[in-house]
This record gives sequence, structure tokens and C-alpha cells, in this order.
Amino acid sequence: MSRPALWVDGVTVEARGRAILRDVSLTLDHGERVALIGPNGAGKSTLLRVLAGVLRPAAGRVELDGTPVGSLDRSEVARRLAVVPQQTALPFSMRVEEVVALGRLPHESTLRGASPADRASVAAAIDRVGVGHLMGRDARELSLGERQLVLLAMAVAQDAPVLLLDEPTVHLDLRHQVEAMELLQDLNERDGTALVAVLHDLGLASHFFPRLVLIAHGRILADGTPDEVLTDERISDVFGVNPALVRLAASVAGG
Amino acid sequence: MISPATTVGDTRARLQAASRARDRRVQLVVVGLVVLAVGAVLGIGLGTVAIPIGDTLAIVADRLFGTHLSSADPAMVAIVWDLRVPRVLTAMVVGAGLAVAGATFQGLLRNPLADPYVLGTASGAALGAAIAVLIPVRALFLGFGLVQAFAFAGALLAITAVYKLSRVSGLAPLTSLLLTGYAVASLLSAGLAMAMYLSGAALRQIFNYLLGSFEMASWERLIGALPIVVVGSLLIMSRARSLNGLLLGEEAASNLGINVGRERAVLLGLASLVTAAAVTISGLIGFVGLVVPHVVRLITGPNARAVLPISLIWGANLMVYADLVARLAGDIPVGVVTAIIGAPFFLALLRRARTGYEL
Repeated sequence: MSRPALWVDGVTVEARGRAILRDVSLTLDHGERVALIGPNGAGKSTLLRVLAGVLRPAAGRVELDGTPVGSLDRSEVARRLAVVPQQTALPFSMRVEEVVALGRLPHESTLRGASPADRASVAAAIDRVGVGHLMGRDARELSLGERQLVLLAMAVAQDAPVLLLDEPTVHLDLRHQVEAMELLQDLNERDGTALVAVLHDLGLASHFFPRLVLIAHGRILADGTPDEVLTDERISDVFGVNPALVRLAASVAGG
Repeated sequence: MISPATTVGDTRARLQAASRARDRRVQLVVVGLVVLAVGAVLGIGLGTVAIPIGDTLAIVADRLFGTHLSSADPAMVAIVWDLRVPRVLTAMVVGAGLAVAGATFQGLLRNPLADPYVLGTASGAALGAAIAVLIPVRALFLGFGLVQAFAFAGALLAITAVYKLSRVSGLAPLTSLLLTGYAVASLLSAGLAMAMYLSGAALRQIFNYLLGSFEMASWERLIGALPIVVVGSLLIMSRARSLNGLLLGEEAASNLGINVGRERAVLLGLASLVTAAAVTISGLIGFVGLVVPHVVRLITGPNARAVLPISLIWGANLMVYADLVARLAGDIPVGVVTAIIGAPFFLALLRRARTGYEL
């Protein structure tokens, strides 16, 4: 278990000649949780896609449990790593529990489909995320926040030791933001799930995550505890806002 | 979380209750097979010469099991065994194949408007058939006439061109496939229009192919297409997991463990082969591949493990009964019947559907 859950070394991603990530290196240990912060367009979501192995970097290495992620079969990756997407479009009418059940795809047998154990995992995930009251409803009729919780439940049902989240709280109201954060904390501390979450809310990030990684212009500017990373200069330089506002938000999130 | 409204046992019970949809799936399969058996007997018995059900069953049993139950005269035996049985079986195979291919294209392209013909297979087949009609040579291979051979080749060439051309584009793969399919189909349609313009007296023959018909059904043709449709459909069904993953989009499918690039190529290839085999023996019959998977999805939900086999059975059903109506109405083209039955039924279902369709 000395191998890190995720290891990224010297990753560069380019799109149409423009560098989106430049020489990014990052290590995530088993059972760790990290928040990726940074302004819009910094490359946070791109880094998440590189970590998930759905985007091949132009240069650099990405390893999952010590194995290059590109050399693993996708179903093998999906059993070790789950992703909560920001939003998805559904082409057909689909019930909430049917969406959550998709999280079991990497585990189910090709020919026979879902087993009773798979269905038990789906029920457990629905309860844990607290979306039981949405069962039976068409996922396309839900609010954006409700859909986000359903996608979170799908990833929880996937039962992977590493969980990547792209702005998991962006459409949630305050109570659900805090509840989602508490759920992530619980998944991390009780189940040992390693987390990487892209977050825009610096208050939530610094309250619920012991380690922050600050990204801007495709580079990692700082990596450490919230106090180390969120200095007054960085807040005003990188985010262009008055640091006092962020401190206020952080103290509200902290209760 | 903070306020769990339900307990674990409760949620499991509710999931179990929701999976009663499974009982409905079993019903759809069982009822579908019974309706299909009745349709087969009616399809063999009814027509210009009506044959009593007892004689129909006896002749089929004699042929299949070597019994001597039938005392019907040889002309009647020939009508049943050489004309009607292959015709009914052809209708089943074509309906089943088009419905499975339609469900596959809709899932793969994530587009409710997709049908088996959306990526150029229909226009490729039609142009191939038209060219064969224009060529003054008549040849037979593997029991297929030149028209069938050219139609099959045309369909597969068209989809191959669409797939290859779509990969050159800088667009997202699905958008690129749909737009390339549209462009190639338009080009082939222009070729078809030209061929029809030049065809003179052969125009009616081309027109027959475009409208679709089972009049020319024979054992030879059926045996050419049957294995492709059956094996292709079974292979598609064995990949239901990939189609389920694709419900949430290509990137989400990849994160759910689906090798998207490979599965897209394999499923496109299989669905196109099935479509090509179907249109080769029947011509272009519309609506079955579009309507049947939608109706099934509205009842069972979008799980491909249910949608594919149930579409197969009911696609066969729709085609057998449509052909029966077409014959009893004086041999009108079966494509006209599927459209007349399919379109209003589909409109009615859309009004009752849980939600509208996002395009």
C-alpha cells in the first residue's frame, strides 16, 4: 500500500496549440482528501479528466495504484475510481433509481446484469446520499441540485476507493452544500475513500478539506493546508477579491 | 445525511417494488411470443387463397417433423410452404432486425430521432439497388439477385464512408457522425434521383424496392439474411451494458467502465450489418426501427437489457401483422402500412408519455 492512489508527474495538456495544463505533478495517497481550487479556466476540470484517464495528456505520466491509467481496461479503472460529473443530459426518460443503478455497471456481470448485491449497493447509496424521496421520479424533471445529488449517489454506488468530483456543490442550496460536504467527509474518514474535489467555495474547501491545491493558468501555485495555501496575497492576486470577504465566508461555513 | 427520511430496509423494499417492472417485462415477452405465433398462423393461412387453420398447421407440421397429417393437394402445400411460410418468416426477421438496429442507433447516437437508416444505410442500399436495376446483366449469387447484392454492398459502403469521414472532423464524435450521415445520405439521394431519372421503364422496379415489400420473399433470400440478423442481434444484446453506460453520455460511459471508442465501432458495425441484411431482402420499410424501441422504452424504462429483446419480439410482431394487412388490402406496399399504423400510434403515445423528448 506504499503506492499512492493517484500519481501525476509532469502532465501537460494542450488544446489547439494552447497549453491548458503545464508540467503538473500531484500525489494523492490512499484515504486522503484534496480540494482543487482556482479561478475559472485554470485547468481544474481538465486535471480531473486527466486523473480519470478520459483525457490523454500530451506529456507526463498518470498512475492509478502504481499502474499507468492508460494501460488499464476502462472497467478496471471504473472499479477503482468513480467520477461525479457536473451535469449530464439524458436522451431518454429515466427514473432516479435507474440512474443510481448505472453506478454498478463496472461490477455487474456482462450477460446476467445486476445481482442482488448490486441492488443492495444501490439502495445503500440512495439512503446515504438521502435521495430516497426522489425514487420513482423522472431524473429529467428534477432541479439541477437534485440531479447533482442523484449523480453523487450513482458514484457512491460505484463503490470505488477513489472518488473525483467536479464542483459537487455548485447547484445545491446551503443546507445541502453542508450535508454533501459532511457526506464526503464521512466517506473519506469512515470508508477510507480518497477524494479529489474541484470546489469554488473557498470557505467550504478550507473548512472540510485538510489539503488544498491551488491551480491558476494551468500550473499548481500552492499545495498544502488551507492556512498555507490561502494567504492574503494569493487570494487577492489569484482570485482578485478582498481577502476579508473570503475569511468571512470561511467563518460562516465553519459555524 | 442529516435527515434520512427512510431506513435502509425500506429503500430496499421500495427498490424491490420498483423492479416489479421486471414482471411487466416478462409479460411483454410472453404475450409477444403468443401474439407472434397467432400472427404466423394467420399470415400463413390468409391471403388471396384462404387456407383453413387445420390444413395450415398440418402442412407445416408435415414439413417440419416428417408427419403425414395433411391431405391437402400439392398446390396448396406449395402455397403454404414455398410462398407463405418464407414470407411470414422474412417479415419476422426484417421486423426484429430493424427494431433491434433502431434501438441500438438511438442509444449509441443518444438521439430519439435516430432509426436504422439515419447514418446512410438506407440511401446506400437504395442507390445500390437502383444501379443494379439499371445494369442490363442478370446474375445470381448465393440465392441473391443482383439487386439484393448491390443493395447490401451499398448499405455497408455508405455506413463505412460515414464512419471514416466522421473521424476526420474536429467535432465531437456523435455530432460528427450525425452530420456526416446526413451529408452522405443527401449525396446518395441525389445519385438515386439521377438513377431514377435515367431508369425509364425500370422505374417501377426501383420504386418497389424503395417502398418495401415481402412479395418476393423466398427461402433462398431468407437463408441469406437470417444468420446475419440473428447473430448480429444476439451480439448486440450481449453488449447491453455498453448501451446502458452510454445513456449518460460518452465521457460518463467511459467513467463507468465502458471502452467507448471500441464499443461505438462494434455496435455501429453490428447494427449496420443487421440493417443491411434486413433492407436487402425487404427493401426500405420505415417506422418499425423508430417506433418500436420508443414504445418499448416508454413501458420498460431505458435499460437496454429489456429494450433490446422486447423490441426484437414486437418488431417481428408489427411486421407480420403489417404484412397481413398489406396483403388483405390488395398487396399494397408494407411500408405504407407500417407508416399508417406506426405514426398515429406513436403520436398518441407521446401525448401520454411521462415527459416529452429532448432532442
